[in-house]
Amino acid sequence: MGKADSSKNDLQGNLDLLVLKTLAHAGSLHGYGIVLHIQRASDELLNVEEGSLYPALHRMEQSGWVASEWAFTETNRRAKYYKLTAAGRRQLEAAQENFDRLVRGVRAVLRYA
Amino acid sequence: MALVNRIANLFRRSKVDRDIDDELQAHIALRTDDNLAAGMTPTQARREALLRFGNPVSTRERATAAEVTLSLETLARDVRYVVRRVRRSPGFAITAILTLALGIGANVVVFSVLNSILLRPLKVANPYRLFQIVQTQQGYDNQSYPDYLDFKARNATFSDMTAYRLGFTGLSAGAGGAQKYMNYEVSGNYFDLLGIQPALGRFFHQSDEHGPNSAPYIVLSDHLWRARFNADPNIIGTTVDLNKHPFTILGVAPANFNGTEIFLWPEFWIPIVNEEQIEGYNFLVKRFNHGLFVIGSIRPGVSPQQATDNLTTVAHQMTREHPKEDDGLGARLVKPGLMGDVFGGAARSFLTAMMVLAILVLVAACANLAGICAARAADRTRELAIRLSIGSTRGHVMRQLLTEAIVVSIAGGVAGTIVSVALLGALSRWQPIPQYPIHVAVVPDVRVYAIAILLSLLSGILPGLLPARQIWRTDVTQAMRSGTATANLIGRFSVRDILLGLQIALCALLVTASLVSLRGMERSLHAPLGFSPQDAMLAEADLQMAGYSDATALPMQRRMIDEAARIPGVIGVGTIDQAPLTGGGSSTPVYRDGTADLRQSNAVTGAKYFSISPGYLVAAGTRLLAGRDLSWADTATAPGVAIVNQTFAHSMFGNTPAVGQHFLGAGNDRYQVVGVIEDGKYDSLTENPQAAMFLPLAQSSDNNTTLVVRSQLSSAETASALNRVLTGIDSSLPLSIRPWPDALALALFPARIATMALSVMGILAAILAITGVFGMAAYSVSKKMRELGIRVALGARRTQIMRSALGRPLLLLFSGSVTGLVLGVLASRLLAQLVYQATPRDPLVLLGAVAAMTIVGLLATWIPASRALAVDPALLLRNE
Repeated sequence: MGKADSSKNDLQGNLDLLVLKTLAHAGSLHGYGIVLHIQRASDELLNVEEGSLYPALHRMEQSGWVASEWAFTETNRRAKYYKLTAAGRRQLEAAQENFDRLVRGVRAVLRYA
Repeated sequence: MALVNRIANLFRRSKVDRDIDDELQAHIALRTDDNLAAGMTPTQARREALLRFGNPVSTRERATAAEVTLSLETLARDVRYVVRRVRRSPGFAITAILTLALGIGANVVVFSVLNSILLRPLKVANPYRLFQIVQTQQGYDNQSYPDYLDFKARNATFSDMTAYRLGFTGLSAGAGGAQKYMNYEVSGNYFDLLGIQPALGRFFHQSDEHGPNSAPYIVLSDHLWRARFNADPNIIGTTVDLNKHPFTILGVAPANFNGTEIFLWPEFWIPIVNEEQIEGYNFLVKRFNHGLFVIGSIRPGVSPQQATDNLTTVAHQMTREHPKEDDGLGARLVKPGLMGDVFGGAARSFLTAMMVLAILVLVAACANLAGICAARAADRTRELAIRLSIGSTRGHVMRQLLTEAIVVSIAGGVAGTIVSVALLGALSRWQPIPQYPIHVAVVPDVRVYAIAILLSLLSGILPGLLPARQIWRTDVTQAMRSGTATANLIGRFSVRDILLGLQIALCALLVTASLVSLRGMERSLHAPLGFSPQDAMLAEADLQMAGYSDATALPMQRRMIDEAARIPGVIGVGTIDQAPLTGGGSSTPVYRDGTADLRQSNAVTGAKYFSISPGYLVAAGTRLLAGRDLSWADTATAPGVAIVNQTFAHSMFGNTPAVGQHFLGAGNDRYQVVGVIEDGKYDSLTENPQAAMFLPLAQSSDNNTTLVVRSQLSSAETASALNRVLTGIDSSLPLSIRPWPDALALALFPARIATMALSVMGILAAILAITGVFGMAAYSVSKKMRELGIRVALGARRTQIMRSALGRPLLLLFSGSVTGLVLGVLASRLLAQLVYQATPRDPLVLLGAVAAMTIVGLLATWIPASRALAVDPALLLRNE
């Protein structure tokens, strides 16, 4: 459990980034698809919790970063699909930049400490 | 958009809930599908999906919350932030809110008056189809009864027309004495055309009219019914006496219907066919007697222009048939309710001017607010720069500044509206002239409140945008380094300086204008009126109301004069039908002796005519320039004589002496001029010299009698003596006794209103200018404290310090004042229409304006200046 906890903590701050990146990569995806994609892309390291994902998605939609529409899956189920907006794309760039800086900073500190 | 969405979401939360529920269910279903595909049993698959999902209810709750409250929350956060900031600097908030309250309050008041007088239609059915039909010549707004009948019968564009006449009539009910009330004499179709339903009983109709004096009916106003008859419903069907003739009470009008004149509310209505009983003479058959207001209701689909053309054709036809009486008749349509167009025209230009001034005051208030906001933004440059650098977007910072401006402006708007609604209430209860039932009913309506909200928002957002522009250009690193962006704010003339300059100019303009009108008012009290109201009393007695006929009135009038002359201290007594400048007096065309064709276009001039007794000229203090006063020997059987004024004499006889010459009146009566008197004011203080003639009482009998008594005693003593003497002659005589200066209230009314309004506006503008200059000077001093400290340390003199600290505000103050003075001088020409001899070429006015602006300047810069002078370099440098 310990490991899962720490990855969750990291995730919380960067969930938005992960979701935005996923949508940028995949185009249009429903919530379950986003969970699966992050899981697969992170080699099962990152496990997005539904309890955080949906509030985050709705918040991002209200901020205008993503847009949603109802559509049918291949298995013919009705699901809500999200895709990135122009503002979301800009937000993604900014978040990515921030994250890179954070990583560089943490690395640098770790080198000297 | 997003905000609208969110607010909308608040109201359809259940839909949002359902939407999110569906989404979460879809998620679980998809996971179940995958689990099935991975080989689980259906129960296992579903259970695993649910377990993984966790608590769906709480997830849904949180997703919904994100949906609904997100931006409302930021909005609330912004507002909370603003309130916190405002509370931390209450000075700013109070100044800003008061500034706006003044500006918006002034606008709400002026707009309400404008709205209720010029914009709001009469409270009747189909008000937009109603027009008042006046003649084409300016000032000829009344029609005669025969002309009204012709217009009504011959036009093809009006569905109906009604005529009404304003008058005062004595009403007595039961044992009580007669009391004078304003009433309308109206044509039978009056209430039907307006679509008014009675509150009680019934109204009279066209079918009730069967020729002269056939319909002795009276309809009471709600006010009179309550005040005089204690709202007694059994009053219907009973009889009251109007000028000693019995009239039956038919009904009571609804409380919200107060006649068809906005200012003059009747206490009762009677059929016009019965006017002879009230007025004592029959004008219904006299085509030249123009005394009626006519209102017509245009047929649906007819434009006012078409209606005007149609009536003009009818009028020309009437002129051909009656070349004398209807000479030059035309037709013009104006908005009803303003006593024809004379009053409407004056009210329109005055109120429009006031509206412009009020808007200028609001602009000044906005300029102030912009200045305050900009100064605050400049002070916060560093804070804002920090916020920008740690990731706040410029949009977000701007939104916060705007929220601040809007919160303040709405508070100001609410405060201003509350104050102005109270003011308007007072104005509505105000009775400017006691003896006239003038009502200034200005009740704010939806339109007024809409304007107030709009103005508040506009005046919040525009000044808020000014500092926002500054934020937009903020260079973060530059701002962080230098602390405040002092250099480019103070260095050159900014928008703020120009706004402040404008504001000072406006203040100076208003101060000048109000001083000009104040002086005009003062001067008009000592103007050459053609009579001297000081030390004279007027006793108005309505002999018609007391039942005297033309034959019995003259001996009665003579007796009144004789008795009054015996009062100790009285040095002159005479009568006139209606004293000049008290709202009466008619005009008639006059012709050269020997004119055969007495049509109006052959007249030399129109002349005011009065009927006076011998001795009036002395009592009124009117100077006789040539010839003699009238005498009792000028009886009805003696040759017709007249006294004329200078203007009359000059236009009729040129430079030859007038005394002894003859002229003709409208009825082909021949008059010999026996005296010439000085010119006077007859209708208004601002009028141009008018021709006037004064005929002997015995030759032009009139039941209206105003006794003029000049006395050496105090007015109170004279009044009580007069009352005793006159009631001694006839105890039933309706009397009103007052000093002549008091009776001029009506004549002074426009000037008084103008002066009052201008003074209020001037004071508002002065307050705004003081706060504006103060704000700027204080800000400029506080920005320069450090520099001033250094200069003091280096040995600068006080004058140098002052120049550095206050140079800019004082320069603005000076140039603004000069501009405003010049504009004020120019604007006084407009004022001359309302105020007697409004001229800025008056040393007192100019001195007063300069003094007022100096006081404004002193008040505004005193505190900042003393702060600048009290600079302690040691303390300052240590602190910085």
